[in-house]
Amino acid sequence: MIELSDIRKGFNQGRHNEFWALNGICLTVPARQVVAFFGPSGSGKTTLLTVVGCLARPTSGRVRLKEQDISGYPERFLTAIRRRTFGFIFQQFNLIRGLSAIDNIMLPAYPLGGEWRALRHRAESLLDSLRLGHRSAARVEWLSGGEQQRVAIARALINDPEVVIADEPTANLDTALSKEFLDILEALAGQGRTVLLTSHDPFVVESSVVQRVVTLRDGRIVGDN
Amino acid sequence: MRTWIEKQKYLIDFTVSSLARRKVKNLGLLAIYTLIVFLLASVMLFTDSLRREAALVLAHSPEVIVQRMVAGRHDLIPGSYLDKIGSVRGVQKKEGRLWGYYYDPALKANYTFMVPPTGMAVDVAPGRIVVGPALARGVGLAVHDRVWFHAYTGKLFSFVVTEILPGESELVAADLVLMSEPDFRAFFDYPSGQYTDIALSVANPQELHTIAAKLAIRLPDSRTILREEILRTYESIFNWREGIVLALLSGAIFAFAIFALEKAAGLSADEKREIGILKAIGWETGDVIKMKFWEGALISLTAFLLGYVAAYLHVFRSSSGLFEPVLKGWSTLYPRFQLVPVVDGFQIATLFFFTVFPYAIATIVPIWRAAVTDPDSVMRG
Amino acid sequence: MTARNSTRTLAFFFLLGTLFLSTFADAAWLREKRTPGLVRVGSLTGQLQLTDLCLFTEARYTRHPSQADLHSAFQDHPDAFEHFPSGSLLPPPPSLATPHANLDRKTEVPD
Repeated sequence: MIELSDIRKGFNQGRHNEFWALNGICLTVPARQVVAFFGPSGSGKTTLLTVVGCLARPTSGRVRLKEQDISGYPERFLTAIRRRTFGFIFQQFNLIRGLSAIDNIMLPAYPLGGEWRALRHRAESLLDSLRLGHRSAARVEWLSGGEQQRVAIARALINDPEVVIADEPTANLDTALSKEFLDILEALAGQGRTVLLTSHDPFVVESSVVQRVVTLRDGRIVGDN
Repeated sequence: MRTWIEKQKYLIDFTVSSLARRKVKNLGLLAIYTLIVFLLASVMLFTDSLRREAALVLAHSPEVIVQRMVAGRHDLIPGSYLDKIGSVRGVQKKEGRLWGYYYDPALKANYTFMVPPTGMAVDVAPGRIVVGPALARGVGLAVHDRVWFHAYTGKLFSFVVTEILPGESELVAADLVLMSEPDFRAFFDYPSGQYTDIALSVANPQELHTIAAKLAIRLPDSRTILREEILRTYESIFNWREGIVLALLSGAIFAFAIFALEKAAGLSADEKREIGILKAIGWETGDVIKMKFWEGALISLTAFLLGYVAAYLHVFRSSSGLFEPVLKGWSTLYPRFQLVPVVDGFQIATLFFFTVFPYAIATIVPIWRAAVTDPDSVMRG
Repeated sequence: MTARNSTRTLAFFFLLGTLFLSTFADAAWLREKRTPGLVRVGSLTGQLQLTDLCLFTEARYTRHPSQADLHSAFQDHPDAFEHFPSGSLLPPPPSLATPHANLDRKTEVPD
């Protein structure tokens, strides 16, 4: 599904604070797998997610998505692919304040210009499936942390992506909510989606939902089971 | 096409929620913007209509007026000049005019006293006058009322009002008092045989300048005022080059420039973050720019439409009431403007161009930089 | 069913646009209504031999600017501050702004 060949990503190149986040990553992720990226902070987990999810280009190396080399694609195509294929759940949720939950969920589909009623219906059923239907009109800043995360999940799913990417999803959650999150992940995997997530939380990494753990250190893969 | 329309609607959806999030600030901005458009449009509509009315109405003013000058001042003209003028070929009608000013201390207002030309159908038999509408309003006069004026000689004169000139004539007759010649001469102690000036008409309009030149030679102490000069005087009334109008225009242009620059100068941290999020969830650079463009366009378009409609109602449906304090100055009498609308499409288009475009474009400028940067910065929080 | 922002916005602009366009219709209607009055005023002007609009009645050279003589309009220097707002709204009549006879050639009327 996703193939990374010798990916390197550097920042501030040529300057005194030059920094390489990824130092030669080679990775193949088949479809429908639930992969957790484990490692200390600074190991490049988040950067790896951005490269895999087409949020950023690698400094060198190739990215293949479903047998197609997308490394050289212009921004417009990358955005379209990202929109179609990937759904992101950010660590900070990154919901737009002042908008309602349902408006936030519908946002990623706006550029597609599809029929509004159908889109709204889809958003409402996503909210219902996450047991948030009663909060659909509430402003996101009034929701609790767990509710906000579920809105973030619904938003990631609005375009029916094949791959769901979550960055440190349980960092701001207690055990009960973390368990709930893993249940949702299990459901997503059951729907046939590929799930990639980063975590330094052993509770997540060691759970039965995660099928494969890739350990990173200093921008390199040091473990893969 | 359907998709494009739907997409613009989605962008507007987001833009409106975005604007609603800072309601007070945006409503305040809209209010000021609308006010400026209102001022500019009011001035534009008012002055265009007034100039046109002046041109139409004063096209009927006398073709030639002959004034006598003494020591550089406009002085009385003797009746004997009428004969001298009569000998100039091409002069058709000539008549001595009698008119002057009267200051009413009760109202602190100036009136123009006039003797109507012979043959005009007004009842100004001795002791009776016809007054202008603004004067009647100011003094509180009705037909058959008696009014007293204090002559400069100290004598008190009383007259009965037989007619009040129609409201539609305010623009030219607001302060007029028409009376008979004997009354006029008695009131002002006007020397007999003298007139204020002489009005002429010529048989052939093309000979106007030649006749004026002949008159200048025949009557060296006089000057002529031609109708075309009268019309030219009023062509540039309220012109944009004149003091107050220029100040208003410059002020408005500065205000628009400030709005646009403030928008173009940069984004708040909040706005930057939002754009990053939008890009991360799948919006292209172009989508973000279009959305921001709508933000500017919606505000400026609303301001333009509201401002213009308000200006139209102000000028043509409520007699430009807001201009009164500015235009009235020291005068006490102020005409009620019932103008015939002149709507110049080109000027409206110019107003639209200066109002809507700069602001709409200005909102895009800072977005360009932010919208083009990589969205991965959002991941880092 | 909740109303979309864009629907409400478009309805708002439709309303504004209608108001805007109706001002043109109103202008045409007012023109028809008031033009006969203007014609009558024109004829009154001709009958009374009037020469000026009655806009500023505070001084004789603002009440009858077209009749003002060389020295009465703007009695101070023409560029000085105006006493009346009318002075900054109405320029001096063109006949006063044009130069008079040149001094370096023969005059029409012998000196």
